[in-house]
Amino acid sequence: MNGLVPGQIKLSGRGVTCVRGGREVFSGLDFEAVAGEAVAVVGRNGAGKTSLLRLIAGLLIPAGGTIALDGGDAELTLPEQCHYLGHRDALKPALSVAENLAFWADFLGGERRDTAESLATVGLDHATHLPAAFLSAGQRRRLSLARLLTVRRPVWLLDEPTSALDVAGQDMFGGLMREHLGRGGMIIAATHGPLGIDSRELRIGGVA
Amino acid sequence: MTALSALIRRDIRIALRVGGGALIGVLFFLTVVVLMPFAVGPDLALLSRLGPAILWLGALLASLLTLDRLFMADHEDGSLDLITMSRTPLELACAAKALAHWLAAGLPLIVATPVLGLLLNLDMVATAAVALTLLAGTPALTFTGMIGAALAVTLHRGGLLMAVLVLPLSIPVLIFGVAASQAVIVGPMNFGAPFSILCALSLVSLVIGPFAAAASLRHGLD
Repeated sequence: MNGLVPGQIKLSGRGVTCVRGGREVFSGLDFEAVAGEAVAVVGRNGAGKTSLLRLIAGLLIPAGGTIALDGGDAELTLPEQCHYLGHRDALKPALSVAENLAFWADFLGGERRDTAESLATVGLDHATHLPAAFLSAGQRRRLSLARLLTVRRPVWLLDEPTSALDVAGQDMFGGLMREHLGRGGMIIAATHGPLGIDSRELRIGGVA
Repeated sequence: MTALSALIRRDIRIALRVGGGALIGVLFFLTVVVLMPFAVGPDLALLSRLGPAILWLGALLASLLTLDRLFMADHEDGSLDLITMSRTPLELACAAKALAHWLAAGLPLIVATPVLGLLLNLDMVATAAVALTLLAGTPALTFTGMIGAALAVTLHRGGLLMAVLVLPLSIPVLIFGVAASQAVIVGPMNFGAPFSILCALSLVSLVIGPFAAAASLRHGLD
């Protein structure tokens, strides 16, 4: 069942090197994460936190080294088992909240749960018919989180996930992350502030 | 299939909403064709002689007008990242996006053709011939234009570049589209030969377009 059994999946990177625009961002990076674990990627601005997430998501090609997921669904590639929550929230302003979420649920496929339920969890159930153009930054982030809840993926790659969320939103998100880890999922998050859950630190690019 | 039909439905829905591109193309087509009789003058014979070429040029430019945004919008809001990562092959996703663009922006042009044919003194047979050639030829414009749109994604202000890249590819489509229409109106060539080549161009671009676009999107990952 999607490799979501605790202790089964393991993400490992060996000697990962990232080159962007002719500049080496980091090199020879080794990391490891297992099911039920949250890894907080920390480092100064430009250290390559986002690049690392995009490497794992298959959106950048590593200049060296390998990244592999063991114990997941053998028929799927690593990016296909990841959720990527980046700075850009993949929402269409012309579509309503419900339409945006329903599209991603249909397009991403796989095991899914009810979209209305997810919207209620992130506190957007009162705004389902509102076009996404009218959402605040925090509400947009909540809608992106609803995508993570609706479509099940074992690995969550989160880039500054708590930015724009209010205190109640951060609490809600902390609960969602704990629930995901409890199901045997894995979280890799690039962050400056506290993530809100117990996590192991992965520092890249020297001291912040 | 659910994934692809979801993508097609979403793109059509966005195109038809306020600010979407579907109506812009038809309005542009309408403007070009309506103004042309005023520029050419009241010579009806000349108008019907030029009619198919005017309709084809208008349709070509109108269908390229909104095509440069095909991947740009998805790139800007991060949707393209998720589409690239998804379980749907990128080639199929590209084909679905191009199909949605053709349904929303190309098909209305063909529907508008009979009305505009009246303004250019085209009789029923000639108008039908132009509409048929547009139906067969505009998919080729969309699917080759998609390659340019994919290349333009990684470059800011890629719109002009797209025009430069795509226009040469659309010349054969224009030549055979107009030739087939003219064959019906003035002869002496038969309609079948240029029309078959037009269909072939569309079929070839249906195959090559998605692969080329997906390859250039993958290459441009950043």
